[in-house]
Amino acid sequence: MSTTTTTQPIATGTWKIDTVHSHVGFAVKHMVVATFRGRFEDYTGELVADEQGRPRLDGSVVVDSIVVKDENLAGHLKTPDFFDTANHPKIEFASSDIRVADGGELEVEGELTIKGHTHVVTGRGSIVGPHVDIAGNDKLGVELEAIIDRREFGLEWNAPLPKGGFALDNDVKLQVSLELVREA
Amino acid sequence: MTKVLGISGSLRRDSHNTRLLSATRALLGEDVELALFDRLDEIPPFNEDDEASTPEAVAALKAAIASADAVLVATPEYNGSLPGVLKNGLDWVSRPFATTPLMNKPAAVIGASTSLFGAVWAQAEARKVLATIGARVVDRELPIPQADEALGADGLPLDEDAREALSATLDELLEMASATEVATA
Repeated sequence: MSTTTTTQPIATGTWKIDTVHSHVGFAVKHMVVATFRGRFEDYTGELVADEQGRPRLDGSVVVDSIVVKDENLAGHLKTPDFFDTANHPKIEFASSDIRVADGGELEVEGELTIKGHTHVVTGRGSIVGPHVDIAGNDKLGVELEAIIDRREFGLEWNAPLPKGGFALDNDVKLQVSLELVREA
Repeated sequence: MTKVLGISGSLRRDSHNTRLLSATRALLGEDVELALFDRLDEIPPFNEDDEASTPEAVAALKAAIASADAVLVATPEYNGSLPGVLKNGLDWVSRPFATTPLMNKPAAVIGASTSLFGAVWAQAEARKVLATIGARVVDRELPIPQADEALGADGLPLDEDAREALSATLDELLEMASATEVATA
């Protein structure tokens, strides 16, 4: 883990993702103009901030839990054309630097591993909290987005459209919306 | 009265393509008659040995095309291409080449699929097959993806742009048909 900087500390503790109230998904353009979205159902992760306020955010996603509207497409996404889930069952993320600005603006830099390819990505968004929910739990809210080129992670399938252009865009927007609960 | 013959490449009872095809009536105008050919499933596999005795359903398809001013095909996509029954029907109609009723016939292709890509490759292949047979094919595509959610109660695309694109395709087909009528008058 490299240096972590914050201008505004994150409340100390170990914060676990409450998956019932969270979303880990992606969006990619297809047919040049339309946008296609999907999500993962099975993932874990935690945000840990120590007494010095140095936080880290780690997460792991079970790729086979991918959900898209078209089940044939879900099957295709699991093949070597895309995620190759038999050989690469998980997507992993480990932060290397987290920056929180006044107002809760959040930047998380870290190593994202998909299909055995690891690249540094930076997610941008916001952090709010902690707030106490009605059950008395401390909660943090984290929203992050990052755009990656799927080809850098070995997801290279595409098909030329009859009238030009390609079926799928290479840029994919990753969208993470997390509700984190402080471990007692 | 301009006559358009609609051919749906899907045999399925609740086919999105057949619905879409029927729904084009609302866009074609009052002076256009749309008839649907719904007997593709009665056409046997094409066999040159059987050409001498034209099967009845093939004769019916040929007659329907001959009496129409334009042909409108709606195709789903099977494995990146047009359905076998549609190709089979077109193969029969193409023979003999010298007298095929598709020769110089204005034709357009539209299509819907439940996938993300709206039968775009099947449409391209259907245009290729029609043009090879000798039809004058409108050089437009109308992919309707995620068809189970994309069509409204009236069978037309809910998306405004797709509806306009469908109208543009039909307009071009009708223009082609009227130009052909003038040329042959």
